[in-house]
Amino acid sequence: MPVSVSSSTLIYSALKDAGVRIVSALPETWLVHLIRMAEEDPAMTLVRLAKEEEGVGISAGAHLAGVKSAMLMQNHGFLAAINGIVSCAQLYRIPLLMLISDRGGFGERDPWQTEGGGVTAHVLEALRIPVDRLDQPDQVGKKVAQAATLAGSASRPVALLLGRDLMWEDA
Amino acid sequence: MKRLDAMRAIYPELERSVVVTIMGAVAAELQSLGHRPNFFYLQHAMGLASSLGLGIALARPGLPVVVLDGDGSLLMNLGGLTTLARYRPGNLTHVVFDNESLLSVGGFPTATSTGSDLAAIAAGAGVPRTATVRTLEEFRAAFTGALAAKELTTIVAKVEAVGPSGYVTDLSLLENRFQFQRYLREIATAAPRPRDDF
Repeated sequence: MPVSVSSSTLIYSALKDAGVRIVSALPETWLVHLIRMAEEDPAMTLVRLAKEEEGVGISAGAHLAGVKSAMLMQNHGFLAAINGIVSCAQLYRIPLLMLISDRGGFGERDPWQTEGGGVTAHVLEALRIPVDRLDQPDQVGKKVAQAATLAGSASRPVALLLGRDLMWEDA
Repeated sequence: MKRLDAMRAIYPELERSVVVTIMGAVAAELQSLGHRPNFFYLQHAMGLASSLGLGIALARPGLPVVVLDGDGSLLMNLGGLTTLARYRPGNLTHVVFDNESLLSVGGFPTATSTGSDLAAIAAGAGVPRTATVRTLEEFRAAFTGALAAKELTTIVAKVEAVGPSGYVTDLSLLENRFQFQRYLREIATAAPRPRDDF
């Protein structure tokens, strides 16, 4: 599978370095290695969701209980989670570290991914959620750490978009 | 059975638990019985109270967590029951006050008024212990039994569609949120109290 193991390892290590102990996720091709790493790590709790909006509640509960968490999802998972992001995380000032695989851009072969990919950045902007992109492996450690820091200091959701050049090796 | 009486019947246990409620009548009525720093009222985000309770229960497996849910809220997050069942934390007790309506927005009848059975749905999702109760005595017995069993339980309590005259209280959302977080932080470092049997 051409999903990058080395980039996934960098992202996972950065999440560990940020103190993340709970990861919620739904399956998505680009996230397959990250989800496996979380599952195989005895120090990490992986919560497999039925729908991404649940992950907002789980991260909120974990935060109030003193445990750092992250959410792994793709564009459509983010779109499915929006009411929870607004009416739980933003209303109650809950930090969320959202890692969104940014499907649907240049190079996308799956027609069904193209609409969600086109609107994600605009929706993030409308929600006033700080966002940065991860496209190069040498950026990963620093940007994940900075995103986690801002989520905590602002007590608000932040998003990192995982780009094709980072996650997919035969792009 | 009135929801207010049901909450009054289990209030001594709620005092010793970490409690997450949904919005509206449940939050206002529990506050009318007496707010405590270990009570968190999720005043929006319908459906997510059970997910938020799961997050606390997984993060702090030594704490007894009680979610006070409602039929309208739970119907918005039925998939969440499958996630609860998948991880089935033994320290989580899930109460659903089922008045068969969306009371706070005018009493619009929910699907439980036409036969949808939330306890059966929870059992079908894999929740190991479920019950539907209709009297205060049954409710209290089911609730204390769930705490003692230390196994994930969903209790559907059929209640009358009556509530308080208003839903806004003088406890601000953020005051409640930071007070609750501070409470959870402080009990993480405090010595166990004599009555903490979890």
